[in-house]
Amino acid sequence: MSLWRKHQIFEKNSIFLLIGVLVVISIGGLVEVLPLFYLKSTIERVEGMRPYTPLELAGRNIYVREGCYNCHSQMIRSLRDEVERYGHYSLAAESMYDKPFQWGSKRNGPDLARVGAKYSDEWHKQHLDNPRSMVPGSIMPAYPWLGKTEVAVNEIKMDMKVLAFQGQPYSLEMIENAAKDMVTQATNDAADADGLAQRYPKAQSRKFSGLNGPVNEADALIAYLQMLGTLVDFKIYDGKANLR
Amino acid sequence: MSGAPHEDIDAHSGTATTGHEWDGIRELNTPLPKWWLYILYATIVWAIGYIIVYPAIPLISGHTPGVAGWTSRGAVTQELAQLTQQRAPMTSTLEKASFSEITKDERLRTFALAQGRAAFGDNCAPCHGAGGGGAFSFPNLNDDDWIWGGSLEAIQQTIQYGIRSTHPDTRIGIMPAFAQILNTKEIGQLVNHVRALGGLTTENTYDKPLADRLFGEQCAACHGDGGKGNIELGAPNLVDSIWLFGSDKASILQTLARGRASMMPAWNGRLDDTTIKALSVYVQSLGGVKTVP
Repeated sequence: MSLWRKHQIFEKNSIFLLIGVLVVISIGGLVEVLPLFYLKSTIERVEGMRPYTPLELAGRNIYVREGCYNCHSQMIRSLRDEVERYGHYSLAAESMYDKPFQWGSKRNGPDLARVGAKYSDEWHKQHLDNPRSMVPGSIMPAYPWLGKTEVAVNEIKMDMKVLAFQGQPYSLEMIENAAKDMVTQATNDAADADGLAQRYPKAQSRKFSGLNGPVNEADALIAYLQMLGTLVDFKIYDGKANLR
Repeated sequence: MSGAPHEDIDAHSGTATTGHEWDGIRELNTPLPKWWLYILYATIVWAIGYIIVYPAIPLISGHTPGVAGWTSRGAVTQELAQLTQQRAPMTSTLEKASFSEITKDERLRTFALAQGRAAFGDNCAPCHGAGGGGAFSFPNLNDDDWIWGGSLEAIQQTIQYGIRSTHPDTRIGIMPAFAQILNTKEIGQLVNHVRALGGLTTENTYDKPLADRLFGEQCAACHGDGGKGNIELGAPNLVDSIWLFGSDKASILQTLARGRASMMPAWNGRLDDTTIKALSVYVQSLGGVKTVP
């Protein structure tokens, strides 16, 4: 019983209790969080992941700004019915350039991790303008201003610089060409589409919103949505090597 | 509040007290109920067992795998394999069967319809509607008007490669913008003509001989002399009351002046061949097959 008596030290001195609580909580952090930073197996080795293009990055910023993550997850869990509905379960590697990640934990709407290339651009445009026109029972709010709001083409460079500082592989060339690349990607049959595709493999360029005029927020958001989950080639992905 | 341990037994209950005293009332130091304590110990033992059996503790270059060898990704792979196996008898028959065999075999057709219906809800309903009713610029699949052909093979090709999609084998063909080719007056005549073909009212300015000539020059190559359309080119039939892009004057004007090129994604790769086959059977069943072109 003498060991139990020693426990009274914690109960009778609040400073010891506080220190004890901190020690216990930090064990949780050390065991659950810290290893994710040094374990190489955390992020699978895959082919095809690249940082976001300037236009996609602008779209991602809008996605975060509008709080899309409050109702849409971007995380297909490794459960049978999820894989049957949405496709291959999400890999950690697929969010490696997401800061902050957009996994989400609430699904008022469907998961968007593999929504890219699933619907047409026009569907997205009409659906953002008025979700009920496409899905009668939808409870999603309308975002009609996106197509009417211009994107500040010259400012995306700043975002890329910050991400490069955080360690994302944006080269100087990418940062210098940011504004140009953004306009290129939001143009049909753009002259420098090849240069863009060279810097950002698999980048698709077209006027995503279908609206004439300068790059608007609908262009950016739809470009982002149309690339989600399309970068990793699962035909060559070795699932057995990454079982966990 | 003294720090020294007390062995002060309360005479009434026989339980030790904490030594605190307020106005002559002392606080009992009642021990935890035995059942509660034993459940706590049991969970600790359970946790030890869990750590041994399942992946648990992170190490320097990996983690303890657990003696059961269980992984969440392995589990889902296995479950999916089981599902495939469970469906295999019917799926493999469907995979091998030709469309004419599916049509003849009632049991196989019922299976294809059920599978197609499920896949339609997950993949096609957002654009074409839950019942295939379509929307502006997204074709209604409940009618017998097939833009790119309503045979099972034609529907299969449409689903597989899409329309104006990014797939190299996609169906292409666009409604060009006539604003650069014709003047406003001519386009106005054609708007009336198209409405007349569809059995709608026309304006007084409608000059049928002129419109006929313009239609013959500009539109007939794709839509046919009588405007009945051409499924080879995906040119819609104009002699019916089905309007993909609206039938009012402003919408038709927009269609003629600016052109139309809506897009359907290619499903090849996202859906497997058997699912696409089942979808073809289901989609055709929506629109009916009486006058399949």
